[in-house]
Amino acid sequence: MKALWRVANRGLFYLLVVFIVVYSVFPFYWAVISSFKPSDALFSPDPSFLPLPFTLEHYKNVFLQANFGRNLLNSLIVAGGATLLSLVLGVLAAYALGRLPFPPKNAVLYIVLAMTMFPQISVLGGLFMLLRQTGLFNTHLGLILTYLLFTLPFTVWVLVGYFRGLPRELEEAAYVDGATPLQTLLRVMLPLTGPGLVTTGLLAFIAAWNEYLFALTFTVGDAVKTVPPAIASFGGATPFEIPWGSIMAASVVVTVPLVVLVLIFQGRIVAGLTAGAVKG
Amino acid sequence: MLTQRQVRLAWLLVLPTLLVVVLVAGYPLAQVFYWSFFKADIAFVEPPEFVGLENYVFLLQDPDFRQALWNTLKFTLISVSLETILGLAIALVIHSNFRGRGLVRAAILIPWAIPTVVSAKMWQWMLHDVYGVINVLGVKLGLLSQKVAFLARPELILPSIIAVDVWKTTPFMALLLLAGLQLIPEELYEAASIDGATRWQQFWTITLPLLTPALVVALIFRTLDALRVFDVIFVMSGANPATRSLAVYNRQTLIDFQDLGYGSAISVAILALIFAFVLLYMRTLGREALK
Repeated sequence: MKALWRVANRGLFYLLVVFIVVYSVFPFYWAVISSFKPSDALFSPDPSFLPLPFTLEHYKNVFLQANFGRNLLNSLIVAGGATLLSLVLGVLAAYALGRLPFPPKNAVLYIVLAMTMFPQISVLGGLFMLLRQTGLFNTHLGLILTYLLFTLPFTVWVLVGYFRGLPRELEEAAYVDGATPLQTLLRVMLPLTGPGLVTTGLLAFIAAWNEYLFALTFTVGDAVKTVPPAIASFGGATPFEIPWGSIMAASVVVTVPLVVLVLIFQGRIVAGLTAGAVKG
Repeated sequence: MLTQRQVRLAWLLVLPTLLVVVLVAGYPLAQVFYWSFFKADIAFVEPPEFVGLENYVFLLQDPDFRQALWNTLKFTLISVSLETILGLAIALVIHSNFRGRGLVRAAILIPWAIPTVVSAKMWQWMLHDVYGVINVLGVKLGLLSQKVAFLARPELILPSIIAVDVWKTTPFMALLLLAGLQLIPEELYEAASIDGATRWQQFWTITLPLLTPALVVALIFRTLDALRVFDVIFVMSGANPATRSLAVYNRQTLIDFQDLGYGSAISVAILALIFAFVLLYMRTLGREALK
């Protein structure tokens, strides 16, 4: 009787596990198979749960009809630029905040922490005017700079943690050998923060790649527009004309690289997320 | 000697970051404060006119603002509660040892990795009134007596949007809570088992109290995020007054209605609301994190 109870318990547990996996993955799976179904199969009251019949028509439409290729390139430029700039500025600041004697250190950390709490919306109007005054409205650089609002503080916080974790002896040995602090940073400390750079870089990239509000507000037309606002505005004028197949194809194209990256760097991302969340 | 040079270097290294802070946060925020006391359009078609607190007085009487505030609070309360309960359940499941745990952990990261705009679009398609898989499955499995227009029925839009948000952000909650669970020493459970405590008793006397710090962090973190919700609502129902959040209403005022003065006042109000929560955040976490 007891053995039976244990088996039933185990079975129930695995059922729960299966449920969690299906709940997490099914919507994405549905988007993927929808992107491969021809339109008439898509609009069927009895849809197939496999991508059958199969077609690449929607992918062709996305890249040929819309300016989706341009949007993808814009997203790469903007997210890549914001990530790179955050890493460069973040490494410098984090080294100072994590390792150098620096009186107002806590004040600076608080300022950076406060910035992570900032609702994007509350600076939207100010940034809009700033970008227009400086001629950066509807430019890649304009978007990159505004994205630092959320990518930089996060980068600084996580990297400060990394720098603090490095042993002091390394630094002292470098000083004894006559290295300047800057040389110590670049030659000794930086190589050791490699994993931290990858994690924060990836998280910053994902945040910038997914950003919608600024991209929607600070760009007009497809020359600069990134993928999220492009996908959001995809489609016809009426609900009857919404090209679901193409929207799903575009969604899969922007999501698959992220999902692959996240699965590869799974462990690090979890560590970075929890560190980032706890710290800001 | 070295120390003095180090201090100078430290300043030099921090300077670019501080400049960015001023440029993208400090200056725009100052502008928003400033213009909230003016009657002004964002293109300055009319010359701006100083009106003192008029925008704020209007804000207090604006039914649209009140509705947006109520929508935001409702969204925050319901979605954060659901995410906490579901996240805790998922965290407990993946915390226990079983074959394929790594795979499950990877699987729950997928919703988190998907851009909000994309997940909103995916769910819009799944919730389609005729061809949506939820309707098809619901009717097939007998859960729905007939197909439902989830995104057209006023009383169902907000719940649908909340469902999407819960799907997307529960994994994040689960991971934060999992990190907390992993900090609880295994010996406590062993000792409790020897004393004859049931699993349920162990959960209430060991797991929950020791998980509280992680739970508080996750709760506050998600709350701040939910209070500024924009993407999922704007994509799924645009500026529909029945669902628009404070952020959606704020953007509509500033950009669509070009009302710089009143829009700025709304921005300040949102900031004040979030600041109240940030104070709580700093109190509970700031000191801890700065150690």
